[in-house]
Amino acid sequence: MVENRPFLTILSHVVVLIGVAIIAFPVWMTFVASTHSQQTMLQSPIPIWPGPHLIENYAKVLTDGYGRVGSTPVMMTLTNSLIMALGVALGKIAISIISAFAIVYFRFPGRMYFFWAIFVTLMLPVEVRIVPTYGVVASLGMLDSYSGLIIPLIASATATFLFRQFFLSVPDELTEAARVDGASPMRFFWDILLPMSRTSIAAMFVIQFIYGWNQYLWPLLITTKESYYTVVMTVSRQANVVDSVPSWNLLMAMAMLAMLPPVLVVVFMQRQFVRGLVETEK
Amino acid sequence: MEKRVTFNERWLPYLLVGPQIVITLVFFFWPSGQAIYQSVLLEDAFGGNTKFVFLDNFIHLFNDPGYYHSARLTVVFSFLVAAVGLAASLLLAVMADRIIRGATAYKTFLVWPYAVAPAVAGVLWGFLFNPSVGIIAWMLQGIGIEFNYVINGNQALLLVVIAAVWNQISYNFLFFLAGLQSIPKSLIEAAAIDGAGPGRRFWDIVFPLLSPTGFFLLVVNIIYAFFGTFGVVDSLTKGGPAKATEILVFKVYNDGFRGQDLGGSSAQSVILMLVVVLLTVVQFRFIERRVHY
Repeated sequence: MVENRPFLTILSHVVVLIGVAIIAFPVWMTFVASTHSQQTMLQSPIPIWPGPHLIENYAKVLTDGYGRVGSTPVMMTLTNSLIMALGVALGKIAISIISAFAIVYFRFPGRMYFFWAIFVTLMLPVEVRIVPTYGVVASLGMLDSYSGLIIPLIASATATFLFRQFFLSVPDELTEAARVDGASPMRFFWDILLPMSRTSIAAMFVIQFIYGWNQYLWPLLITTKESYYTVVMTVSRQANVVDSVPSWNLLMAMAMLAMLPPVLVVVFMQRQFVRGLVETEK
Repeated sequence: MEKRVTFNERWLPYLLVGPQIVITLVFFFWPSGQAIYQSVLLEDAFGGNTKFVFLDNFIHLFNDPGYYHSARLTVVFSFLVAAVGLAASLLLAVMADRIIRGATAYKTFLVWPYAVAPAVAGVLWGFLFNPSVGIIAWMLQGIGIEFNYVINGNQALLLVVIAAVWNQISYNFLFFLAGLQSIPKSLIEAAAIDGAGPGRRFWDIVFPLLSPTGFFLLVVNIIYAFFGTFGVVDSLTKGGPAKATEILVFKVYNDGFRGQDLGGSSAQSVILMLVVVLLTVVQFRFIERRVHY
């Protein structure tokens, strides 16, 4: 800082601490609710400190789900979410990195048409064209399948642009050297370009993993079988079921489990996360 | 920008762009085309007969007070989300930027809401404000405010705004912080030497230099409020009570899937597409300008 103003420094700490507290409060209350018995959670005011039923509640939702007949064990929905998030992240990275490679390192007829075809997808989020996209996926027979959950979401340009941007910054001398040594394009891609792209790939992975995990409307529409439900949609669906005696403790345990994986990814890969966030907006 | 050194291959590049182009054609161009095509058709309730009605769906939409209500609501909603979100995150970023000791720890505590799914964020805030067990609803009752978002439309809207802002605040915070850190320290020091206090320095130097970041975030937040908040609305209020939180993107889904009005829903999709294209163009033009700074 430019000058020493103890009062302002203290004020900064206080403001940021209050901000952190307000932001963390909903999650704290969720955690607290997930550690009490069903009875405790039915009388207002509810407790604001954790109770003794943590293991019991979590074990119950993981193996039995919400506990009513026909509800899905969270273990299964977590697995589905993981498959979907990994599929979206890895699928997007795989198809985008090779198409960016083609667009940057080759001259071929129609190159600019391909480029623009990919570019316009940036503009329309899946929510806008949700009804016809559902129709297309239904007519391809992809409802209730992992491919239906994953493939329609990997048609997006953000990753292609990130990799294109990165490839353009790779010095031409490397390409020249590879060509002089007689390396084929794919050899150059595997041995030089791909290792150099590690950090971009990691950044992209974090962003797309969160994107895939947090999908809500799409899995809600195209899954009718419980074996394909994802955790985010079951939490929201369960929250809107009107029970005579709601099990807040179990619902909140489910919500905690739905948040945990992406939050851990962000916290432990914070550098890659920030990088990915900033770079995908360029 | 173009590469000087390239490879000469005849078929390889097509093979490489192939997967992405195929997926884009099947899952992007085909449905988008369908949306435009269906927006000029009228389908009867059993899906048997369709007839070409040209712009009737649009005319019908523009004569529908419900659509105006939803459009006006969306504008109010996105204004609130953008204004509250930007103000709160700017305050946090300016304060966090001053802090040297413990800055990384604070940052970690502020970035994670981004990772929470909008639908889950809706559930969390719904729990806090739940009329029977919500702790905040209980506290509000203690000071004499009856908060029941299930029956009160304005309160429902307020709650959706709070949840949406909470979900987006880390994003805004990170960009504002990056913007603040890229302001040359020499400018601030020069102003301090000239006797400008912290408040003066903020309004006269930091704020104007931060305006490109602010404008960029404004567009991003409006796009977010328009399209990214579906999960929040669906898990909190389902557009209710009495359509008080039925924003446009929710109406597209509601009319298309629940109401089975394919033509009307497609016409709404087409209008929303135009809105996104417009916003994206604004965003890109602006980013191009920013590069020259």
